[in-house]
Amino acid sequence: MNAVISKVRQADEGRVRAVTGLRSRWSNLPKPWRFAVVAAFVILLYSLPGLELPIISTPDTDFNSVLFLCAVYVLVAVGLNVVIGLAGLLDLGYIGFYAVGAYTVAILGSPNSPVVQKFPWIVCVPIAIAFTMVSGVILGWPTLRLRGDYLAIVTLGFGEIIRVFALNSTITNGNRGISAVPSPGGDWPSWMSWFPGIDAGTKIFSITNVIGFYWLALTIVIICMLGVRRLENSRVGRSWLAIREDEDAAEIMGVPTFKYKLWAFAIGAALGGLSGALFFSKQTFINSQSFDLFTSILWVAAVVIGGAGNQLGVALGAVLLAYLPERFREFADYRLLAFGIALIVMTSFRPQGLIPSNRRSSELKDRAKEVTVGE
Amino acid sequence: MNFSFVGDNFLSLTVTGLTQGAIYALVALGYTLVYGVLRLINFAHSEVFMVGTFTTAVVWTALGYGVNDPAPGALGVVLLVVVAMLAAGAASGATGLVVERVAYRTLRKRNAPSLIFLISAIGASVALFETMGALTDRQPRGIPVLLKVKEVFSLFGASVTNLQIVIIVSALAMMVLLDLFINKTRLGRGVRAVAQNPDVAALMGVNKDRVIMLIFVIGGIMAGFASVLYDIKVGTTTYTVGFLIGIKAFTAAVLGGIGNLRGALLGGLLLGVVENLGAGLFGNEWMDVVAFIVLVVVLLFRPNGLLGESLGRARA
Repeated sequence: MNAVISKVRQADEGRVRAVTGLRSRWSNLPKPWRFAVVAAFVILLYSLPGLELPIISTPDTDFNSVLFLCAVYVLVAVGLNVVIGLAGLLDLGYIGFYAVGAYTVAILGSPNSPVVQKFPWIVCVPIAIAFTMVSGVILGWPTLRLRGDYLAIVTLGFGEIIRVFALNSTITNGNRGISAVPSPGGDWPSWMSWFPGIDAGTKIFSITNVIGFYWLALTIVIICMLGVRRLENSRVGRSWLAIREDEDAAEIMGVPTFKYKLWAFAIGAALGGLSGALFFSKQTFINSQSFDLFTSILWVAAVVIGGAGNQLGVALGAVLLAYLPERFREFADYRLLAFGIALIVMTSFRPQGLIPSNRRSSELKDRAKEVTVGE
Repeated sequence: MNFSFVGDNFLSLTVTGLTQGAIYALVALGYTLVYGVLRLINFAHSEVFMVGTFTTAVVWTALGYGVNDPAPGALGVVLLVVVAMLAAGAASGATGLVVERVAYRTLRKRNAPSLIFLISAIGASVALFETMGALTDRQPRGIPVLLKVKEVFSLFGASVTNLQIVIIVSALAMMVLLDLFINKTRLGRGVRAVAQNPDVAALMGVNKDRVIMLIFVIGGIMAGFASVLYDIKVGTTTYTVGFLIGIKAFTAAVLGGIGNLRGALLGGLLLGVVENLGAGLFGNEWMDVVAFIVLVVVLLFRPNGLLGESLGRARA
């Protein structure tokens, strides 16, 4: 048993060296080259619905819907990464924000909701983002003064409260839910019909042909990832980093920790709300059953497994979480079990995640050195 | 808001709440012990409880006591409960030990941050309840009726049943025993020492690993006892039963002051009573919301819970 473990460790070390080598080689490439590679990758992502790829396509479900789900999960992970990976706040009830965003769009835009005044989709989404930001501040204001572990249980409670509220309140139509959630309008123009799967004159955003939604989600994901990347390297991002590494020291060095923690919460919440709004615009139907806490906990796991603090890492974690269950539908009974075992194995071999952030893995190394007496 | 209903039934709602709270408190002990010593949330503890609920069902079936059999006599009840408690305590204690060995030990040796422990624990939790789900075909399992519920005495108009008495009394007895164990015995002193300062305790010759194994086993045994009481009370179980109980018990532990045994008792009983009164006031569907709002309010004013945090320091 121990021999096997040490073999796996060795193989893993080899992989780490390869990745580090790749990374330094990547940063030594001239800028135009790097730009070209990234551009090619982005074009590949956009053209995925049209390429009938043999192995990665999903035989049992519509591949475009899976792609869309992946994009939404990546957006969730990017938002959750701001809270967990950058600011180091453990939020187990992130799905509450996702629900607030989704319900705001549904209530303000659907003809079947109890609210009389209706708005078009393009107006609903900014309102939803604003609403979730406010809900993030409302939740954060009293609770961010608490220490890490207490924050976990309080956020968990928040997620549950939102779900119970959605289930029992009249404004959300209770368990009947809200149908006809609005989606953006428009038809495919004739010059787009060269792309496989697109028929000119049909709706761009419909539940039967998800290409339009996938492209929209992908675009939003790219914009948000670039935005968060800018934030990371700004004054705000450095403050988050300082808070994550040592909150007391950061406070003494003059970082207003409470303010920046609140910002992390609000920005994370806004991204969560946006992803919820996006997902349920495609789904066109919403009720409280979509918002169980367990999903929220799986999201946290995806972020940490992918590599908290590194956007590529969390994106990979999210894609795996969304994609693998759809790909392996025939093993539906055992896929969660496999996921649980994978979590245990991953954390004991790679606590820094699949694609770790440089700084975070050096923090982990520091901690490992500080192993106490008696071990 | 249904004030008159709560006013009329205040005492009976309180008694029902205490019964539920006693079970929360027993499960909360597992969270509080692990947190007190290791400063981490043992997320897999809910599954330790779940294993106990099934063990009871299996043992009773093996003893030839089926779902549709009539309730046995007093001696039979005592015998069945004792056997179930031994079996469930053993099974849950073993599960707790396995969780510690598989999910925590390697991480502990590397001094991993608590977020990593949490993910590993989530993994263990998912693996455990999915295994149980596969074993039981994801069907709920009925549990034989052990007690014919009848009123024993009435307290100012609130009826107190034999079931409630059994649950509250046995939960309190467990708590007292555990409290004595931690405060009076040599092993308990080791637990308190490691909780206070693991490094110094190790220097003084306390075997830290053994203490950590011990707290996982004790927490598991308590969860096993709680699961027997739960089975008697609810009469059915399923593979996802742990999740909600686990969250409630953790809330109870935080409410009373996590890491503090008496806090777990207080928090559990209080949570049970408060959510029952809240359910009476606002309707059953708002029960969980009331519980969490009370938690947030308490934490705002007492950030370390009602009785404060530390297992070692609270009564040094």
